[in-house]
Amino acid sequence: MNPKDLLYAETHEWVRVSQEGGRKVATVGITGFAIEQLTDLVHMVLPKVGAHVSAGGPFGEVESVKAVSDLYSPVDGEVIAVHSDLTSKLESLGGDPYNDGWMIKVALSDEASLKKLMDAAAYEKQCAAEG
Amino acid sequence: MTGTLLRTPLCDWHSAHGGRMVDFAGWSMPVQYGSIVAEHQATRTAAGLFDVSHMGRLRLDGGGAAAFLDRLLTRKVIGQGPGKIRYSLVCKESGGILDDVLVYHLQDSHVREQRGGLYHLVVVNASNRAKIVGWLKSHLQSSDDVQLADRTLETAMIAVQGPAALRSVEPLVGADIGGLGYYTGTETTICGQPGIASRTGYTGEDGCELIVPAAVAVEVWEKVLAQGKAAGAMAAGLGARDTLRLEAAMPLYGHELNEQINPIQAGLSFAVSLEGREFVGRAALLAAMQNQEQPVRVGLELAGRRAAREHYPVLASGKPISEIASGTFSPTLQKPIAMAYVPPRFAELGTELSVDIRGTVEPARVVKLPFYTRAH
Repeated sequence: MNPKDLLYAETHEWVRVSQEGGRKVATVGITGFAIEQLTDLVHMVLPKVGAHVSAGGPFGEVESVKAVSDLYSPVDGEVIAVHSDLTSKLESLGGDPYNDGWMIKVALSDEASLKKLMDAAAYEKQCAAEG
Repeated sequence: MTGTLLRTPLCDWHSAHGGRMVDFAGWSMPVQYGSIVAEHQATRTAAGLFDVSHMGRLRLDGGGAAAFLDRLLTRKVIGQGPGKIRYSLVCKESGGILDDVLVYHLQDSHVREQRGGLYHLVVVNASNRAKIVGWLKSHLQSSDDVQLADRTLETAMIAVQGPAALRSVEPLVGADIGGLGYYTGTETTICGQPGIASRTGYTGEDGCELIVPAAVAVEVWEKVLAQGKAAGAMAAGLGARDTLRLEAAMPLYGHELNEQINPIQAGLSFAVSLEGREFVGRAALLAAMQNQEQPVRVGLELAGRRAAREHYPVLASGKPISEIASGTFSPTLQKPIAMAYVPPRFAELGTELSVDIRGTVEPARVVKLPFYTRAH
């Protein structure tokens, strides 16, 4: 279920690393497991383009009927793109969390944070222990 | 105490059917089985089944029981006819609320006595069961003709709520459940076993609550579900129970009610009967009826999608005046709703206030309660 080409944070964010215009860019979203755990999503708050994020620090929040959860950035860098209308199509988020469900794109300032992330197999193990 | 949670007779069923179990008032209870919104919508359009076995069920027998309860409850118990159920408060001398309860007056179908075997059943919040049992016992005198028994652990209680609720239960119950008036109850057979059925609930929908022996809880639960399946009946957890009662503006102890709040400011004067009787807290409540300064419970509606949640500051012209008691995103109304106590000068309908939602101030307006009223 979890795409093998992605990296994962223990707080259930995924990262796709790519090369864009001469710099390393991380596309970030949350996993299918996270969406399934949250249920009943009603709102999402994302940062503005230009905002700086730090690995392990919050970059936004997702709200369900029952509670609010922080979204944690897996990487350090500057936000260069935001999927701003995602909050108006949250019901479809569960359908394609890894592509259409992208949340922010970050131009990496420091690649060290990538080394702290898990691969799909390790993330799957974590979810099995949690769920 | 080892710290293990109490388990209702339906606990294993909940776990086996996807119930996400949490500690609620010392009980292992399901918050949701799948989607809270789906369980909420099912209750509004078909039927939701709620395990409310954690609530305390206290039985009082004896000729002195009505007079004994009458001295401790804000609502008259003396003269409450057989079959009638009344919502009431238990207050301290200061008028602060110890619990909100339902008092049933029932005919014991197995007793053949001169007095006809009438008894009272007091249903209390799970979180207050020990407190209320202690409160009742501390007021009991040896000369009182009252026998108090806590029936919680030997029984289960199932709420079936929604437009399809009564017809889902009808074939399984001896009594004519459709003919039960609102806020009346009766001993009857449920799936052939002795139990109590009442036309009561906590969702703003029509429906009933069933009290059955613990041993038959699963059978009754599964049979009601099977009976209601075609109409769309679903098991529903505490998450949906909260969004439903909030839409119906029903207070929840620990949020809208506590020992520092009196029933008058909570908007529960209908459950306070002062004339011609004495009860603990009467003098304080008489004074409360004249008190124009005390904060009063209001409903708030917010724009946008961010919910105002418990403890978030409520602001008037940018200055904090209170905090949210309960709040959520209403699945039926599709907007954030909340309740709070505010000084009376801010309580008028239409008053523009705001709520600090995690650092961002969002506008809120005082609206009429309840937020939702059923059409049928």
